[in-house]
Amino acid sequence: MSASFPFLQPVSEPIPENPSIATARARWLWPAALAAFVLFWQFGDGLAKWAFSYPRAFEIPAARWIGKATKWLLDEASFGLFTFTDLTRFVAQIIDLPYRVALGLLSTGLLSGQGSSAVQQVPPLSWLAVLAIVALIGHHAGGVRLAALVTACFGFLVLFGQWTSAMVTLASIVVAVPIGVVVGLLLGLAAWRWPVFERVLVPVLDLMQTIPVFAYLVPVLVFFGFGPTSAIVATLIYALPPMARVTILAMRSVPSEIRDLGNMVGCSRRQMTWKIMVPSAKDSLMVGVNQVIMLSLNMVIIASMIGAGGLGFDVLAALRRLDIGAGLEAGLAIVALAVALDRLSQAYAEKAGKPAAGIPAGNGFVSRHPYLAAALAIIVVTFIAGLAVPALQSFPEAWQVSTGTFWSEVVRWININFFDALEAIRNVILLNLLVPLKRLLADLPWAGVVALLALAGYRLGGLRLALLVGVLAFLIAATGQWEKATVTVYLCGVSVVFACLIGVPLGILAAERDRLWRWLQLVIDTLQTLPSFVYLMPVVMLFRVGDFTAMIAVVAYAVVPAIRYTVLGLHRVDPRVVEAGRAMGCTPRQILTKIKLKLALPEILLGLNQTIMFALSMLVITALVGTRDLGQEVYIALTKADTGRGIVAGLSIAFIAIIADRLISAGANRIRERVS
Amino acid sequence: MFQPIRLSGMLAATLCLSAALTMAPARAQESTDPIKLTLHDWTGQLITTEIMGEVLKKAGYSVEYVQADYLAQFAGLETGDLHVAMEMWETTGRDAMDAATATGKVENFGETGMQAKEEWWYPDYMKEKCPGLPNWEALKSEACAEAFSIPETAPKGRYLGGPVTWGGFDDERVEALDLPFEVIHAGTDAALFAELESAYQRQAPILLWIYAPHWAPAKYKGEWVEFPPYSKECYTDPAVGVNPDAAYDCGKPFGPIWKVGWSGVKDKWPGAYAAIKAFNINNDEMGAMITKVDLDGKKVSEVVAEWMAANEPRWSGWIKK
Repeated sequence: MSASFPFLQPVSEPIPENPSIATARARWLWPAALAAFVLFWQFGDGLAKWAFSYPRAFEIPAARWIGKATKWLLDEASFGLFTFTDLTRFVAQIIDLPYRVALGLLSTGLLSGQGSSAVQQVPPLSWLAVLAIVALIGHHAGGVRLAALVTACFGFLVLFGQWTSAMVTLASIVVAVPIGVVVGLLLGLAAWRWPVFERVLVPVLDLMQTIPVFAYLVPVLVFFGFGPTSAIVATLIYALPPMARVTILAMRSVPSEIRDLGNMVGCSRRQMTWKIMVPSAKDSLMVGVNQVIMLSLNMVIIASMIGAGGLGFDVLAALRRLDIGAGLEAGLAIVALAVALDRLSQAYAEKAGKPAAGIPAGNGFVSRHPYLAAALAIIVVTFIAGLAVPALQSFPEAWQVSTGTFWSEVVRWININFFDALEAIRNVILLNLLVPLKRLLADLPWAGVVALLALAGYRLGGLRLALLVGVLAFLIAATGQWEKATVTVYLCGVSVVFACLIGVPLGILAAERDRLWRWLQLVIDTLQTLPSFVYLMPVVMLFRVGDFTAMIAVVAYAVVPAIRYTVLGLHRVDPRVVEAGRAMGCTPRQILTKIKLKLALPEILLGLNQTIMFALSMLVITALVGTRDLGQEVYIALTKADTGRGIVAGLSIAFIAIIADRLISAGANRIRERVS
Repeated sequence: MFQPIRLSGMLAATLCLSAALTMAPARAQESTDPIKLTLHDWTGQLITTEIMGEVLKKAGYSVEYVQADYLAQFAGLETGDLHVAMEMWETTGRDAMDAATATGKVENFGETGMQAKEEWWYPDYMKEKCPGLPNWEALKSEACAEAFSIPETAPKGRYLGGPVTWGGFDDERVEALDLPFEVIHAGTDAALFAELESAYQRQAPILLWIYAPHWAPAKYKGEWVEFPPYSKECYTDPAVGVNPDAAYDCGKPFGPIWKVGWSGVKDKWPGAYAAIKAFNINNDEMGAMITKVDLDGKKVSEVVAEWMAANEPRWSGWIKK
């Protein structure tokens, strides 16, 4: 929603090489390598069978090892005084405490007793109170306009009867985000201070973001117990990495003058960190906070599968009875929450960038803290009002609106009138593109592919990158995941191509037209936060289960970064360069292709990188419509509670992501050098 | 989903006060901790669970509903984080249940009284295109296969099976019975019914895996294919059945829907344990209730309250000392 930071950072440094030798070699290297590959693929089958299908006898039984390790951690691991499980349960209880408080405030009220025998002592904040407080926060952060926007978002929740569920979701977000921010900040600071720690942390962050959540859901459940706490832990694993990354980046970009100043006035190490560095990096850090919020909201559906409840559960339940309207309403409620929280955090980020307006004068509590005072007043007034008029406490059902069966009817109408046309399109793409490509990829020898990837790594980033890429690709084959991995690569590859074909031109169009860009932003914000499950079922109705449906779901999600980074790149092009081009008599077309797109290429490549990451993160969802890839493997492992199997498949997905990321980043670096 | 539970929670709180006055002495030795019942994402299970919950509340127990994934919940049942799961289908949950009960930490609380049925199913209008149905042998004819085909599978017919995680041995069945069909697996049951809804709206051919109790057989008119009846030997011994060289040459098993739970329930809440074991409800009752919720748009809590009012002698028998 904001200019999102790259998920994965490039680590490779360009290798200086003698340019003339390099180009001469490059000219011959690729054709030769490709020719060798094709020859080997066509005729190598008899020579080296092992290179085509990895011999079972040499497979690394990683799944079994991981399964055993989890069992050991669960049953035996001990620190002497307490066991590992005691530790994780202790952490779970610490997280549970603020969650109970938040849930009590927003949803259940103050209860005494447990379970159904609990008696409500004090009612929760009424809808009116929450609405007013949110408006107040909006006003504090960004004035009247923002206040109106967030009120509208929360008003949507009230009006469409999503309030109770939305407050449950909000309660878990309210708990997860601060924990994610604090832990991420501390990790980032530690990595900034100790380079050794950074070297360990960065690959771990990569894995945390690329392993699908389903893969570690079972261990999380086992260690942290069933319920909202586990859901929060899973959310944290997924949402925390950007904060750590942003912190490292932000700390590095603090100007050295400021540090010198700190040294001059004699700061201790602690003062240096907390009084100088963190405050001066505040605006960058707020971007991290924003990312944590957005990613936490992305997790709502999955979290609801393991006991978080709330809006995610409503979406799932509605779609199980094929109530498309209800699913959409609950899905849009998640979008409304996301938009409100996103705009609020962005407004605070902007505010943090500006100098503080000075502390208002006055001695009284009210004049020193006008907003806090107003919030307290609201709580008291609405509490009393809620006691007197029940409708102010919980919004009466009779006033709620719903789209009812409208959306189901729309889908039905499309289905009856356009199915044949849609079917024709589907068949053409499926039979002429998807199926042949899938067969081709499945046919390639793994050993050859690994070698080619390593070669690409060597050309783009040197020996270290070659080694990394080669080993990761080999591990996918060695753990017996190669076949499923090719299906994964095929599905993601096709989707990424379509996403770029749609996204980049749209981005180019929108970059020059402000109005279009504003509308498009709304669309892509929705696409990014609307749970894909909501549109997946109507798509199934129109295109049946299978790869084509999966592809649509992936494209719908992965097109977002393709658009966003294209626009970002074009906006960043120095207007003076464009002006110079115009002065030299370039046509608008030349300006676009020869100047703007060339200069924006690194950003567009970063967008491609993100498109791939987004596509891979959708894999698990596509397993729900019957694809047969690594995502499905993870899903099966989840339903069989097979920790080892899930994590191995999850790691394979992560490896694919890391390989793609490193190669593209290295490529982008080279282009950036050439351009500058 | 939340509102009904919470509302009924408040209601129950008041009920509990009155119940506690009369029941408290008898339950004095039992734990007052809440009994955690798991909720999944299909209506029938929500109804079953809420009926059990309401009954336990009437007996003076504190009850908490926790959302949990159908199969992932076993992790919680084993550790005692969760206590009772009201619907574990013989047909889909057997393996996970056996693995869990083998640890000794999970106990099978017996049958719910409902029978899970699942089989190949087709809408009524397909009978015109393939007149021999519901007899499975009709599917062997080329014309029938053609009628059920789509471009990718033609000339073979297309059968939409359940998610791979459900098992079901449909690939083996097609092989053993030599049916000219291709098995396509849906990823989730939501996808399964989305396809059925779509085909039914267009009166288009479809043959798929349907299970009951569920709202689909109530909403759509259709029939189950009649395969040779299931027997244990048919699945294990190739010699048994129509095809002497292959197993799985028969229909799918019918099976009870089980109640399972944490094995500590027995000692912690002996009275509740007895009540859960006594719980019993049949397919027709459940089918009617699911229809009321999913098709008539009533709330789960309303339907449960209706059932409670109409069946008071029955459930009070479950909680009798």
